[in-house]
Amino acid sequence: MGLTYNSTGTGALEKNLKIERMTDDDKVIALAGNPNVGKSTIFNGLTGLNQHTGNWPGKTVTNAQGKYKFKDRNFILVDIPGTYSLMANSVEEEVARDFICFGNPDATVVVCDATLLERNLNLVLQTIEITNNVIVCVNLLDEAKRKKIHIDLKKLSELLGVPVVGTSARTGRGLDDLVKAVYDVTAGKIVPEPIKIEYDEEIEKAVSVLEPAVKKYVNGNLNSRWISLKLLDGDDTLLSSMEKYLNFNISSNREILLKLEEAKELLGNNGITDNIFRDRIVSGIYSVAERLAKQTVSFENEKYNETDRKIDRILTSKIYGIPVMIALLGVVFWITIIGANYPSELIASGLFWIENRLADLFILLDAPLWLREMVVTGIFRTVAWVVSVMLPPMAIFFPFFTLLEDLGYLPRIAFNLDSFFKRACCHGKQALTMCMGFGCNAAGVTGCRIIDSPRERMIAILTNNFVPCNGRFPTLIAIITMFFAGVFTGPLKSFISALLLVSVIIFGIAMTLLVSNMLSRTILKGMPSSFTLELPPYRKPQIGRIIVRSIFDRTLFVLGRAVCVAAPAGLVIWILANVYVNGHSLITHVAEFLDPFASLIGMDGIILLAFFLGFPANEIVIPIIIMSYLSKGSLIEFENLSQLYEVLVSNGWTWLTAICVMLFTLLHFPCGTTCWTIKKETQSWKWTVLAILIPTVTGVLCCFIVANTARLLGLV
Amino acid sequence: MDKDCIPLSYLPLGRKGRVRKLISDGIARRRMLDLGLINGTEVEAIQKSPFGDPVAYFIRGAVIALRSEEASKILVEPS
Repeated sequence: MGLTYNSTGTGALEKNLKIERMTDDDKVIALAGNPNVGKSTIFNGLTGLNQHTGNWPGKTVTNAQGKYKFKDRNFILVDIPGTYSLMANSVEEEVARDFICFGNPDATVVVCDATLLERNLNLVLQTIEITNNVIVCVNLLDEAKRKKIHIDLKKLSELLGVPVVGTSARTGRGLDDLVKAVYDVTAGKIVPEPIKIEYDEEIEKAVSVLEPAVKKYVNGNLNSRWISLKLLDGDDTLLSSMEKYLNFNISSNREILLKLEEAKELLGNNGITDNIFRDRIVSGIYSVAERLAKQTVSFENEKYNETDRKIDRILTSKIYGIPVMIALLGVVFWITIIGANYPSELIASGLFWIENRLADLFILLDAPLWLREMVVTGIFRTVAWVVSVMLPPMAIFFPFFTLLEDLGYLPRIAFNLDSFFKRACCHGKQALTMCMGFGCNAAGVTGCRIIDSPRERMIAILTNNFVPCNGRFPTLIAIITMFFAGVFTGPLKSFISALLLVSVIIFGIAMTLLVSNMLSRTILKGMPSSFTLELPPYRKPQIGRIIVRSIFDRTLFVLGRAVCVAAPAGLVIWILANVYVNGHSLITHVAEFLDPFASLIGMDGIILLAFFLGFPANEIVIPIIIMSYLSKGSLIEFENLSQLYEVLVSNGWTWLTAICVMLFTLLHFPCGTTCWTIKKETQSWKWTVLAILIPTVTGVLCCFIVANTARLLGLV
Repeated sequence: MDKDCIPLSYLPLGRKGRVRKLISDGIARRRMLDLGLINGTEVEAIQKSPFGDPVAYFIRGAVIALRSEEASKILVEPS
């Protein structure tokens, strides 16, 4: 999926699915495929910006729809969840199968990974059994070429009986052919005649007993052979879907019931029980897949995935596995910290200049002092802080993260850390959702859908906030750089900063595991569920494109948030600081009110207020702190972090304050968007409130312990 | 035939085996089947995670990691 503008922040929320055909001539195309085959790339390649994401009705399964035009005809592309099969073993598979079956798409495109064709053919063959209008898209041909795997697309098409198109979606190659093939099929120019999968003699006999009855009563659109097979399989989900979408209740049809019983008896007499029936069906499909693959795929190099294995031998080894992970994290942070410095200063001086011009403008217009102060010192300066200090690290970290994701490295992290999660009675995929939380906690929460078991999914959702998101990194980086790395100079300074940041992250991960463990022993008791994780082949990411697009994406996002969130927050602070009640400003009142509690946990009233005001977006916390301090005292203009340090210290900050602020940044309530997302995903106020309380209480406790221990020991 | 079979979790790294029997039931069994673990499929144990569990197996061209709980329910005949 990737972390993009659309998939993070409020883009991770749902809107309801509605397929809108503008005219009767519009064609609806279902886009199916295994996970990790580049389906999204094809989707994006065809629909561009003409798309929106939402949820399948009544389910927390992501759906995306988009439009494109070809030869004057509109096509609506519906992205079906990536699944390994359509046997309805999970919500995703059920949704996928239901759409292909009952959603009446005019055609279904099944996307395959050219380097994994045999396994992908499983889904293709299952789809062909349901509907004739299938187009197979063999993607990632560039990867296949790199690994010297040759695929005879023409032969595959002949053998399958459906059109087969080859693509390298990442470079855009083949998309024209795909679009044309889709057009031809939906226009009737190509009439696919897919092969029929023959099963064992006994099964075929049973089907022939049942099928005529099914054909008689079930709507002509559906493949009666497939329905008969599913009835014999005992697929209850199909029955309820048929009732839901076709108003067809099988149990009210005596003839079908009788024939079904007859057919099942036939199977029983031949020793084919339910388990064996399912085994035979899957074996039947796989043997066809194997045969087709043997005839059309040739490997020039027997050891084509040897490179991947060599890499994995290091990245997941006993000795190097975890150290490499930590080192990688460290390097990414180090580059983020270094890379952000120069743009930060540049942007700061630029905005400083604009601020002065703005002030001049107000003076020129003879505007009242309070207005000038409010707009320039309140609103503009807060926004300027966010943009110059917070934006650069965010814009740099994000592309790195996307890069790692595209490379295929993230599942390796889950592979390495699974032991820890198992011991905490959780699902290994929580490691993945935790990683996604690094980018954006709202996206991490949505990502928890990859965990099937509801109990483990809830644990993952409740603890996702323990890893700092993109918006919190700059806060942590700023504090570390000012208070702890300040003694050092030059490259050592940034190195130490990166090291300290990594330690904070590791602490966050440790807390995640600890709290997950506690949750699974108390309110979310249960046993670990089954865990299968695919380690996809490493793919060469398009570095240039990712970096540029990600920086651009992220910059826009942060700028947008700066305007929508930071500006009003700056206004609020200014008002609080300049409205006087009983001789003191409102901010002094609030700060004094919050001070006793705040100092118990090592901070002060202003800091706590800033955290509360930072509920909409974490990155405005430090700017709010600064603005609040400045408004109480002398007007120092900002230029770089060391001046910021002066402001903090002159307002009572010590190294203890810095630590507590960092701890609380790590361990506090989720931001507004994340809370909203949690409510949507869990559909429950109770769990949302818990999701807010758990990190906050943990944070308060940790800060309390640290602050008071330090004071007791006389360290401060 | 059962005498030659061992649980997949016991298959040493680098060794190959053919799937002979699935002990699991219900949804777990179906998941294994969908991954291609049908009778006769060749699997190879290729990589252990740093703490020994899960283990990555090569199944029909794909690399799938399974915990020992799952792998022990798949009986294979080492080749």
